[in-house]
Amino acid sequence: MKAYVYVSLKKSVLDPQGKTIQGALKKMGYADIGEVRQGKYFEITLGGDLQQEQASAEIERIAREVLTNPVIEEFRYRLEQPD
Amino acid sequence: MKFGVVVFPGSNCDHDAYHVLGTVARQPVTFLWHESHDLQNCDAIIIPGGFAFGDYLRTGAIARFSPVMQAVSKFARSGGLVLGICNGFQVLCEAGLLPGALMRNAGLKFICKFVHVRVESTDTPYTQACARGEVLRVPIAHMEGNYFCDEPMHARLQREERIIFRYCDAEGRATAEGNPNGALDNIAGICNEGRNVLGLMPHPERASEAELGSMDGFRVFESLVGAMARQ
Repeated sequence: MKAYVYVSLKKSVLDPQGKTIQGALKKMGYADIGEVRQGKYFEITLGGDLQQEQASAEIERIAREVLTNPVIEEFRYRLEQPD
Repeated sequence: MKFGVVVFPGSNCDHDAYHVLGTVARQPVTFLWHESHDLQNCDAIIIPGGFAFGDYLRTGAIARFSPVMQAVSKFARSGGLVLGICNGFQVLCEAGLLPGALMRNAGLKFICKFVHVRVESTDTPYTQACARGEVLRVPIAHMEGNYFCDEPMHARLQREERIIFRYCDAEGRATAEGNPNGALDNIAGICNEGRNVLGLMPHPERASEAELGSMDGFRVFESLVGAMARQ
């Protein structure tokens, strides 16, 4: 089982890096660019024969406890069974 | 009366803090390796500046899981004195011993320079020898010093007088120009509810001797030693 976790700053938190990227894109001529938010991405391989439900619970715990700082960040994830 | 300076892989102000406590303040001081499970009967703990665990993931995010931090948390929650400087402040926020978070500086640059901070409350062991409104000239050296917390927490910090240091100009005015990193409400340092845990971004240990250009930082250590002597 593999988990793909995406971490981003909460909407209420200013993202100066995203703003800088947005500014650069506009300067390059990408006129239709709206807001840009920068985040982090993790690929986590889960060993054993975890069921979907257990894997979800484990990943959510890891994301809350370690991968994000809940004061400023939020996360979403998806699980995939490799072929 | 013994001080402990925590050392993580990547700490780099540990020796500065050790020097100020041992040589300048003439207090017994020891290093506490991050794998240590106890605090060797220390009466006050310093979490120093640096880049604990390379600042990987987030500043302080890995350090907070070190064995020594479990001991520090227990110590802090039972009223023990814990001072977090720069990276140490970030570690204390990640560990949940102080509220809020330290984000990337608004200007996205690492800032290393002398700044001014104003003492907002003398009701902590770390500022009890200072005067309210006293302006200290101390250096900062950080990439993530942009303090943030949500509005209810900010209101609470204000109400409970837990904002201990604010960035200001040389005259002590907390202006936007005096704010080096975009920190909410010019916040440079806060304390916990019990006022025994303090975190600040500036480095008082780098400004505790005349040879270093300022002795203002020593006011913090002087306060702490005085408060402990009275306990």
